[in-house]
Amino acid sequence: MTDATLPSGLSGVPLATGELNRKDFASDQEVRWCPGCGDYSILATFQGLLPQLGIRRENTVIVSGIGCSSRFPYYMNTYGVHSIHGRAPALATGIAIARPDLSVWVVTGDGDALSIGGNHLIHALRRNVNITIMLFNNRIYGLTKGQASPTSEIGKVTKSTPKGLVDEPFNTVALALGAGATFVARTMDSSRAHLAETLAAAVGHRGASLVEIYQNCQIFNDGAFDALKGPDSGLIPLVHGQPVVFGKDGSQCVYRTAEGSLAVGPTDQAPDGSIIVHDAHREDAGLASELAALTDLGVIRRSPIGIFRDVDHPTHDDLARAQVTMADDPAERLAALQDYVTGPDTWTV
Amino acid sequence: MTSVTALRQVVIRIAGDSGDGIQLAGDRFAHETALAGNDFSTLPNYPAEIRAPQGTIGGVSSYQLQLANYDIHTPGDRPDVLVAFNPAALKANIGDLERGGLIIADTAEFTPRNLAKVGYANDPLQDQTLDGYQLAAFNLTAQTLAAVADLGLGRKDAARAKNFYVLGLLSWIYERPAAGTVDYLQARFQGQVRDANVAAFKAGYAFGETTELARYEIAKAPVPPGTYRQVSGNRATAYGLMAAAARSGLKLFMGAYPITPASDILHILARAKEHGVMVYQAEDEIAACGAALGASYAGDLAVTATSGPGLALKTEMIGLAVMLELPLVVVDVQRGGPSTGLPTKTEQADLLQAMFGRHGEAPLPVIAADSPSGCFDAAFDACRIALEHRTPVILLTDGYLANGAEPWAIPDLAALPEIKPNFTTEPNGDDGAYHPYHRDPETLARAWALPGTPGLEHHIGGLEKDIETGEVSYSPINHAKMVELRRRKIEAVKVPDVEPHDPTGAARVLVVSWGSTQGATWAAAQRVRESGRHIADLNLRHLNPLPSNLGEVLKGYRRVIVPELNSGQLSFLLRARYLVDAEPYRRMRGLPLSQAELAQHLKEVVDEVEKEES
Repeated sequence: MTDATLPSGLSGVPLATGELNRKDFASDQEVRWCPGCGDYSILATFQGLLPQLGIRRENTVIVSGIGCSSRFPYYMNTYGVHSIHGRAPALATGIAIARPDLSVWVVTGDGDALSIGGNHLIHALRRNVNITIMLFNNRIYGLTKGQASPTSEIGKVTKSTPKGLVDEPFNTVALALGAGATFVARTMDSSRAHLAETLAAAVGHRGASLVEIYQNCQIFNDGAFDALKGPDSGLIPLVHGQPVVFGKDGSQCVYRTAEGSLAVGPTDQAPDGSIIVHDAHREDAGLASELAALTDLGVIRRSPIGIFRDVDHPTHDDLARAQVTMADDPAERLAALQDYVTGPDTWTV
Repeated sequence: MTSVTALRQVVIRIAGDSGDGIQLAGDRFAHETALAGNDFSTLPNYPAEIRAPQGTIGGVSSYQLQLANYDIHTPGDRPDVLVAFNPAALKANIGDLERGGLIIADTAEFTPRNLAKVGYANDPLQDQTLDGYQLAAFNLTAQTLAAVADLGLGRKDAARAKNFYVLGLLSWIYERPAAGTVDYLQARFQGQVRDANVAAFKAGYAFGETTELARYEIAKAPVPPGTYRQVSGNRATAYGLMAAAARSGLKLFMGAYPITPASDILHILARAKEHGVMVYQAEDEIAACGAALGASYAGDLAVTATSGPGLALKTEMIGLAVMLELPLVVVDVQRGGPSTGLPTKTEQADLLQAMFGRHGEAPLPVIAADSPSGCFDAAFDACRIALEHRTPVILLTDGYLANGAEPWAIPDLAALPEIKPNFTTEPNGDDGAYHPYHRDPETLARAWALPGTPGLEHHIGGLEKDIETGEVSYSPINHAKMVELRRRKIEAVKVPDVEPHDPTGAARVLVVSWGSTQGATWAAAQRVRESGRHIADLNLRHLNPLPSNLGEVLKGYRRVIVPELNSGQLSFLLRARYLVDAEPYRRMRGLPLSQAELAQHLKEVVDEVEKEES
């Protein structure tokens, strides 16, 4: 049975029949990420979150591509597919369309989702397929041992860019908003509580949810997000309905200048009424895009986190399924097909 | 009253600009032919451009149809009748017309400007160019305009009804029943256009009565009793997939991306949503295949249809399906390649891509449809093998089969074999656990538990699997065992033995066709026999695995000839597999095999063998 108390993103998924806990979701496979990898904390948070969703364990499917993060399904005691590089959203789309009773997750990385799989990502977001995408962004290729990724900063020296990277990076959130994503959020591996609440909101959203997770790669890009830690950092929490303030005691804020653009400055010096109040449910993605643009593209010292956008749109899978019908009874189905295949223009010998 | 001559068969080709409605009129003529009880086979041929410049050779569209009072297998090599809507149509097709054949031409289009466009210095309808043919030149445009004059259409719209005027004329010449077409036009069109088309058709038919053209009758072909319809290869493919879904009790999921000449499979399935058919038009070929594989994992019968360039793009995903051991049917409607090649023309040059075009050792079953209606059986079979053996299957058809049409004895779907997906719902290991890579001892198909099945949670993926547990394994010995196992699994697919067709039993030469060359090869072998020579023919529908008795059969003949629309891909396979000197007969013109040319070659081969052995 399903329950109307489930959030819309999980509507149609059967309810758990008994109490589940974190251990029920851990597989017997030895976790093989490097010691200290940010993936551990994401895995632990995720294993802690799933039992709280109230759905049956066997109705969760995790689909991944290729990369360090994509080993994720092996460590979860749910259904899972470790697919090929960049294509997880394509498989997840097929699964989500075929089975409204499944909670479908995609685990991917910056190289997997934004480089080789960029096309699938933007189209999954555009179609608003009911899937939840966790994009682990460590700004580097880890599994292939340290090449520049599509989110690496310009000038970065890596094995593939010994004289410095010459390309501008993607801003993941801006890209997702541009693709028409109905749920876009950003969180961090080290902020367990924020990570858990963001993922819970994402899976509760009906439609494609993209959660960018800043994730530290201790081996090839250590400290990429360190500047966002500490009370005086440039980490800008976005909370729906709240003024956008950050830093120690909210001493900094995001406000709208007289010229109409967003700026960051001391809260006590912002003109009256100019401080932005976050609205994640605005139908147009304008404010969300402006906030996304506050993200540093070079070394990250400033970055908003939280839910940028969360709006309700019809989903591809719900609409597509509504167009398809079929007789339940196999004999009736076969008879209807017999008529259809025969068609109106026949002759009999 | 005109006397009526009896014919056994005739080949008619209608040619004009790609906007002239040639395919529509041709298709309708085929339908009348079906109602008249003849056997028939059709060959639409159209340019890749939607509307190429009017009146140019590049813009010529044509529709060829062979009708006969006996069982035929091809649309014929060379037409006996050519309808030329304009000088370009004449110029592009006259080289194919049989000497003495009939040309019906529209004089209105033979203007100095149109003649110059295609390089005719003089009007061929007026000089000696066509002396070797029967010429019936009429102002078909003016006659059409006169027929619809009362309806108040503009000249341009009125002239559009010319295709149905010509259809009326042809219907009279070949004694086709007219009532069905009038009903069809009434239903298909609306308003003035409907009235114009009906008026033009009737006028064309009546014009036949007043001309001095000969009239022909072609007796009914003896065919087994049953209810028939006309079917193209793409339609038969789509219906075969739907039938397999119904017989397996699964929903059908089609992941698709538009590509010529496969798109009609997408269109046909997209209109069948009330039969549980989910059609997903993806962002690219890879995603079409990926979504299908996802739907398969979730428990649908999953298919994707494409042509050669799309198959190349899906390659990595098909490799994943091999590793995951999940059912997936990939239809490749082959066209001329490489690269964009000849998108609207036929070829059979993807055989080796289907067989081997993946990284690593990634065997899978390959099936080839042998006629437009045969696409139904081939598609059904592909689905059955995919589901029961947990494997991707490639079904090869081609542009000729896809667009060609023929009569089809509509099968009783309830009589088709039931397909058993046999999902696993309980743990299958002695340890009380579920092992996704435990296998059926006979088919070697792995256990398949759908997500949502309690207690059978598991993960699968592209990494090599431990042969016992199904968990990731990098063990060298295990990998060797798994490669071997995946090979044996495909070899375990049961394929019927072949039996060469050799009515006299005295043949020393065997001709082996596969896929769409079946029709022309069968017909060519018949011609060879009619000349008093002995020859055996056989067609291969299963290319992987091959029939188990094939090697023995091939070795029983002095010479083995393999006609194919490629540079010798099947002969390459047969030579490698059986150490038999299979000789390729190669044709790469973007057209179906010519039975006359092949028959000539086969006669020479038979004569050579006879000389050697005497």
